[in-house]
Order: sequence, then structure tokens, then C-alpha cells
Amino acid sequence: MARLTKETLLDWYRQMVMIRQFETRCADLYEEKKITGVYMHLYSGHEATGVGALAALGVEDHVITAYRDHGLALSRGVHPNPIMAEMMGKKTGVSGGKGGSMHIASRQHNMWGGYAIVGGHLPLAAGIAFASQYNDRKEVTISFIGDGASNNGYFHEALNISGVWKLPVVWIIENNLVAMGTRIEDSTAQTELHYRAIGYGMKDGGRVDGQDIFAVYDKVSEAVEYARAGNGPVLIESMTYRYKGHGVSDKSYDKRLADELAEWRENKDPIELLRRELQKKFKNIDAELSKIDAACAVAVDEATEFALNSPDPGYEDLIRNVYVEE
Amino acid sequence: MASKNIPMREALRNALREEMLRDERVFVMGEEVGEWQGTHRVTQGLLAEFGHKRVKDTPISEMAIAGLAVGAAMAGLRPVAEMMTINFAFLALDAIVNHAAKIHYMFDGQFKVPLVIRAASGWGNQATATHSHTPEPIFAHFPGMWVAAPSTPGDAYGMLKASIRSENPVLFSESIALYSRPGPVVTDDPDYVLPIGKGDIKREGKHVTLVSYARGVEWSMQAAAELAKEGIEAEVVDLRWLRPLDIDLVLESFKKTNRCVVVEESLPMYSFGSEIAAQIQDKAFDYMDAPVKRVSAMDLPLPFAKEIELMALPNAQKVIDAVKEVLR
Repeated sequence: MARLTKETLLDWYRQMVMIRQFETRCADLYEEKKITGVYMHLYSGHEATGVGALAALGVEDHVITAYRDHGLALSRGVHPNPIMAEMMGKKTGVSGGKGGSMHIASRQHNMWGGYAIVGGHLPLAAGIAFASQYNDRKEVTISFIGDGASNNGYFHEALNISGVWKLPVVWIIENNLVAMGTRIEDSTAQTELHYRAIGYGMKDGGRVDGQDIFAVYDKVSEAVEYARAGNGPVLIESMTYRYKGHGVSDKSYDKRLADELAEWRENKDPIELLRRELQKKFKNIDAELSKIDAACAVAVDEATEFALNSPDPGYEDLIRNVYVEE
Repeated sequence: MASKNIPMREALRNALREEMLRDERVFVMGEEVGEWQGTHRVTQGLLAEFGHKRVKDTPISEMAIAGLAVGAAMAGLRPVAEMMTINFAFLALDAIVNHAAKIHYMFDGQFKVPLVIRAASGWGNQATATHSHTPEPIFAHFPGMWVAAPSTPGDAYGMLKASIRSENPVLFSESIALYSRPGPVVTDDPDYVLPIGKGDIKREGKHVTLVSYARGVEWSMQAAAELAKEGIEAEVVDLRWLRPLDIDLVLESFKKTNRCVVVEESLPMYSFGSEIAAQIQDKAFDYMDAPVKRVSAMDLPLPFAKEIELMALPNAQKVIDAVKEVLR
């Protein structure tokens, strides 16, 4: 841990707070009908997993995930303004208002997107990693996977081929214990999901406390180095918890799991855990942390204003980019 | 231009090989494409020439084959992925339809997906219900990808090159029945690339327009030869591509003949024939002298027994009968 500077730790804190505030604002804007549509899946609760994992990557590396994607895009350095604009379906959004909440990507950040079909992005991750291997570039791809996705065919086929071809992928299952609304015990016979690695002949990275950003960072860093060295893929299971329902359509989540939710919020909140660690490590850090909190609030306000004041896409946008012109 | 008579599988192989020589980013992947030399022998010899890096045998994992090709294409490679048969592409339908065809649009042009999915298509070998599909129209239903279905070795050569060089995803259907058919193929121009979405008049005529693609062209040509003996001159329009659809070529011919029979290998409901008929009545209603007829497979799953399998399928005689109906 000695290698982590104060500056780095404060940046982790900033990213996590930024995600939390951004997601909280998205929920409010949805209530106000400023963000519309039937899908919006918030990342609140998962921050340490996303930020800790991406901290292990360089700019040349690659990130891909499912539809719970805004937080990861923010952590990857995509500006909040075009993300918020995409949430509102505006022309200035990262995907021109055509992708929406579930399709946040930024090619220049090697953020290859959120994908809305459960498991659909897993072979894409393998393909991106294959291109790195093919071109003999020492890049690593991190693919996040929901625990629910570990039960569909994409998971099996993509992880197996990545094992056979020794692709430089770090597969990270974000196990938040619930697949949409079904508890992991009710959907999965072997609930320790990292054991799947054995069946695919890849390194079993084991389980990590996904609320502890230091643990995530260490675990993923080790896996990234392993994959970068050409040893093949690694599977990690990060134990985390989602503070909101599956998506905006999930109205009863808070009630269904009230006790468990309260327990995680009170005792395992990833931001709170990092805050305490920082307070232990550095004297009089509170003022700095408050400053970061305030700066994030300003950035979220600005993103909201930017998005609200952005134009809607028009007919030209509707018909553009169905095909690459040739 | 020099040419040589070779079977379609060899024409396809030449196109693959030349494109791999031309562009380092092109690689082939699929079930049995390497050591086995391709179940239809299209990729024969490629492993020996290009090695394991560029000729990738895969597990029996259609979702992974198509999805991995999508990711590799997004990241700048030029995958040519083989589905051993197009029937197995159903397992990869999500990767093809929801990912290959949608990603360019969904992320508003941030990513391109220049991949080719080659798939062997067709029936007639007692392959039974699950192995006898010709579902090209299913893929052509979705905007975002092109769909190619050549009828001759020469076309197959130029169309596969066009597909590999395309910046868009292409579903490239190869009729199993046509793999062994010989035809002239260009031998001295590695840049012989046919334009995407351009059909071809395979035979000129003035009494009736036969519209088809792939194997349907063969029955159309056989029917046209027979009909000519009775003084009926059929024009055979080979569309080559189901997407983009060269409807202008169809309309041009139809405005001359005023009658049309669509010949399709596949099933009749919600079909290629339905599309052509709809567009003709919409765009050339005043030129219609008869309803557009369709010759398709019968609307049922295909059986094993040879006798009844063939009963269910189109052939030249059925085309001749349909032509006589529209000329009545």
C-alpha cells in the first residue's frame, strides 16, 4: 500500500463520491421526468469495485461492461456532461442520444460500452482482448459481469474461449447477490462464482470484499499483471451490494430487502470505509474531503445544466450511422 | 481479364487467401476451419499458409464465435468468421442481430464492425428439419448489416472480397448445393471487387422477370432455357445481395416485362418474395399485367425421406409452371 500516494487516494475518493452523487442526481431527475425511458440501472453501492478495479489499468487498457455502466464511464474519465446528456437522450450525449443509459461508451477512453443484453458483451470483451493479442500489444481488457450473467450461455462460451486462447482478460463478477430480483441462492447452484474459473482452465482470482477499495485494487492489480504477462485470463468475484433496485422499474427492492440493505449501507458503505481509512491515515483530512464533496456537487450541477440545455437530436441524427458510408 | 473455370468453394478460397495476403488484419475463425480444412473445404490450405495466428479453430461456441468477431472488428481487425452451417447461426442470433448490426448506430458511429460471417446454407441432402434452413431473409430483416448470397463462382469471388473490404458487417450466405458448381472466375485481378448491393441480369428476356438469388438463380436459368424452347423469353434478375436490395434493377426489368415470378429457396411467409412483391406493387403498380407469383419451399419443416423432401422444395418445373400462370 506504500506505493499509493495521498493524491491517488484522494482521487479514488473523488471518483467514488462523483459516482454516488451523479447516480443520486439521476434518480432525482428520473422522478422529475427529466430523464425518461424505462431503463436506468444505478451503480450506487458498487463504487469501490469499479473505481478500485479501473485504478489497476492504464489508459491503453480496455473496459467493457453491462448496462450498469454510468459509474464505470465516470471512473474511466469520461466527462460527466456528455454522460448526463446521454441519460436525457440529448444530441450532445456520448452516443448522440441514441444509446441512452445502458449504452455509455467512449472510444477515446477505451470505454467500450455498456451493453443491454445480459452477457452479450462477454464475447466482445474476448474479441477486444484477442485484438490486443493478435497485434502483440500488451493491453489488458477488464470485463465486468453481473452475477446474473454468470448463468447464461454467453458466460460459458466467452470464458471458455478466453481460457483456450489465453486471452488477456480480467473477468470481474460484481456479485451483488441479486440477479434482477432473484436471490443468488435461488438461481445458482454453486454460489461461490469464482470457482467457475477452474472449469475454464483459467486462474481463479478468488473472492474479494468489493466494498474495500484497497482490497479490490490489490486483487485486480495482481490479475492485470498476470494477464498482461501473457498468462491468460483471470476470474475474480467481487462481493458488493446494490443500493437501488435492479432498475427504475424495480419499485419494491427497498422493502423486499430492507434489513439487508440497511446493514450494508450502515456498515459496508464503500465511500464511508474509504473516508475512515483516510481519516486514520492523514491528520485533518476532513476539510479536504468536504472540498471534494463540494466540487463533485458542482460538477453534477454543471452536468445537469449542460444536459438540460442541450438540443434534442433531430431527423438527421435519427437516420445517421445505421451503416458506415462506403 | 483472364479467368478460369473453378468451383465456387475454390473461388471463395481464392478470395479469402488473397484478402489475407493483402491485409494483415484479416483472419478466419470458426469450427473446423483449420486442421480439418473446413467442413466444406472452403478454408482448405489456409492454416498451412497462414498459421495458427490467422486461422483460428474455435470451440463449438457460436455465440462466442460471432461475439468475439464483433469485439475484434470493433478493435480494428477484419474477422471472417465461419458458421459451419447457417442453421447454427440461430444460436448466435443475438450476437449478430443485437451486436454486429446495432453497435455502429447505438453508439452513434463511435465503433465500426467490419466483420464477415460466412455461413453454408441450404437443403436437399436429407439433412432434415433443423439442418435445412435458408434463413437469409431473417438476417436481411435487420438494418445495420449487409446480406450477400451469390449464385456463381465468379460472383462469390468478387462479393466475398467486397464483404471483407466493407466497413460494415456482412452475413455472407454460401449455398451448399453450389459449392461444387464450376464457373469462370477472374485470375489476374486481386482487386476484382463487386459493388455491394448491385444485382446482375443473368439472362435477358422480355416476357417475364424472374427475380432470385443464390440457388434460386440456377432454377430460374434452367426454367428460362426450357421456356425459350416455347418462345417465352424470361429475364433472370440475380439480386446477389438481400441487403442492400437492388430494387431498381427489378423495377427496370419489370417495367419492360410487366410480369414477375420470384424464386426463393426459403420459406414463403414474411419472405424475400413477399418483399419483392410488395415493392413492385408499391412502385410499379401501373405496370402490372398479372399478380406477382412466388415459388418458395413449402410452408413446413423438411422431412428426412428423399422423395417427400424434394416434393417440398422449389425446382425449375415449379418455376415454369408459375411463369405460365402469370402469362395466362
